[in-house]
Amino acid sequence: MAGRITDDDVAHVARLARLGLDPDDVQRAVAELGAVLEHFADIDALELDAVEPMAQPYPLTNVLREDVVTTSLDRDEVLAQAPDAVDGRFAVPPILGDGA
Amino acid sequence: MSTPSTAIGIAAAVRSGSMSAVDAVEQSLERIGASDGDIGAFLTVTASSARDEAAAIDAAVASGSDPGPLAGVPIAIKDNMCTRGIPTTCASRMLDGWLPPYDATVISRLRTAGAVIVGKTNLDEFAMGSSTENSAFGVTKNPHDPTRVPGGSSGGSAAAVAAGFVPVSLGSDTGGSIRQPAGLCGVVGVKPTYGAVSRLGLVAFASSLDQIGPFAGNVADAAVVLEAIAGHDPGDSTSIPEPFGPLGAAVPRGVEGMRVGRITDLPAGADPDVTERFEAAFDALADAGADIVDVEVPAFTYGLTAYYLIAPAEASSNLARYDGVRYGHRVAAPDTDAMYVATRTDGFGAEVKRRILLGTYALSAGYYDAYYGKAQRVRRLIADDFARAYTHADVLLTPTAPTVAFEIGAKSDDPLAMYLCDTYTIPSNLAGHPAMSVPFGTGADGLPVGVQVLAPAVGEATMFAVGAALERAMGAQR
Repeated sequence: MAGRITDDDVAHVARLARLGLDPDDVQRAVAELGAVLEHFADIDALELDAVEPMAQPYPLTNVLREDVVTTSLDRDEVLAQAPDAVDGRFAVPPILGDGA
Repeated sequence: MSTPSTAIGIAAAVRSGSMSAVDAVEQSLERIGASDGDIGAFLTVTASSARDEAAAIDAAVASGSDPGPLAGVPIAIKDNMCTRGIPTTCASRMLDGWLPPYDATVISRLRTAGAVIVGKTNLDEFAMGSSTENSAFGVTKNPHDPTRVPGGSSGGSAAAVAAGFVPVSLGSDTGGSIRQPAGLCGVVGVKPTYGAVSRLGLVAFASSLDQIGPFAGNVADAAVVLEAIAGHDPGDSTSIPEPFGPLGAAVPRGVEGMRVGRITDLPAGADPDVTERFEAAFDALADAGADIVDVEVPAFTYGLTAYYLIAPAEASSNLARYDGVRYGHRVAAPDTDAMYVATRTDGFGAEVKRRILLGTYALSAGYYDAYYGKAQRVRRLIADDFARAYTHADVLLTPTAPTVAFEIGAKSDDPLAMYLCDTYTIPSNLAGHPAMSVPFGTGADGLPVGVQVLAPAVGEATMFAVGAALERAMGAQR
């Protein structure tokens, strides 16, 4: 298993996951995730090179439905649940800004 | 005349006209109104729509049509399954106030079968937890002892059945979230084969593991609900195309000549009171004519590690959708990236953030092979070990959980201790196999103990036969 998780690791994955952590949160996460990952070292001794990874229980192939028109969700009903909507579309703050 | 309390009894009475669906639903609503203030099983009670639906069922009976095998049966739904126009929160501030624009497939199937939804139940936020303490909207109490947890993550649905609010309910099970609360609340809980029940409209946690299944007061009721919700759904690409086998004949079948496996290398850690009941279950099945055989499942013990890498990894991906754009919570910010961060930081609770961080770490560049890739290989070992064990045994038995229900707060500050609650339930999810918890007496402080029956993929009929045999053995001891 990789080395012990660090403050920088936690700050990096928090950024990837778009979660804001203050310094106390980072310290707590390092301690908690460190303890959990330490427990997970039990699989380090296993010889796994020849074992095929298993992503899901059954081998599934992609299935395409018939290309026919069916009813879809009502646009107004969907947009009524959006935090913000303008002219039949989802609305968001500017994409280019201070955080970009 | 006493009114029926089982789902099968209520449906029979409603279909024959000897009891009205309205009365069945009113009784359920009265019990919820009288006692749920002490238990906290429900997040939403849908009294008005339930009364309307019950009246429609009575009208159907009066007009000579059959409303279905669950006619007039009040049912509670874990609040991570979409119900059109009814709040579906996942016990998260992220989805507080959200009204889904569609019904999950299980919801439409329950309605087709005549069931009446009386409310949505509490859970650990986004189904992440083993105690229902991680809900943003309050802790559910165990009806057997309100100072204890009901288990989780489907704690509200388990408690609703245990408290007698409803005869049956639905939960979801990613690593034990139906079976562990069933065990701790003394009710039957079933995780079906992966793909047996459509997940369309189930809010995704870990897509290669999640399954919907029933809670019930008895094995036969669980079978009727599972039959109603199972079967192929073109809307779920992981749904098994073959028809789901009927279970009714399995329940009374018995276990004569059946091979019940004892896992000789089962991870230790179960409390003595739990182990005592678990041993008694083998004795009961042997008395009923089963052969007890020893099997080995060496990789069983690595299930916890594989699960707590795979499930958070999938969750970190699934929960990326909560970005404040299309539905749910949004915290205003000057640009979209800042809005994503502010929304997610404010909307998710501590355990959800912990798992997103863990999962993102396990998937991140440089660590993928060491964590996620390795966990996927361990998952294969577990599936292969089960396959070998099932050449010697028809079903396997384990305790459902290592302990009886624990005190509220006892493990909430120790994630690892909480994760260990799932030691015995996780391997079935990794393999995609069915498993069920059946109440089998009591342990410390008179609290319920569950025994878990494991079966190979699509082995539900055999599993229900064993579950029912355990139930009959308990009935005979009373």
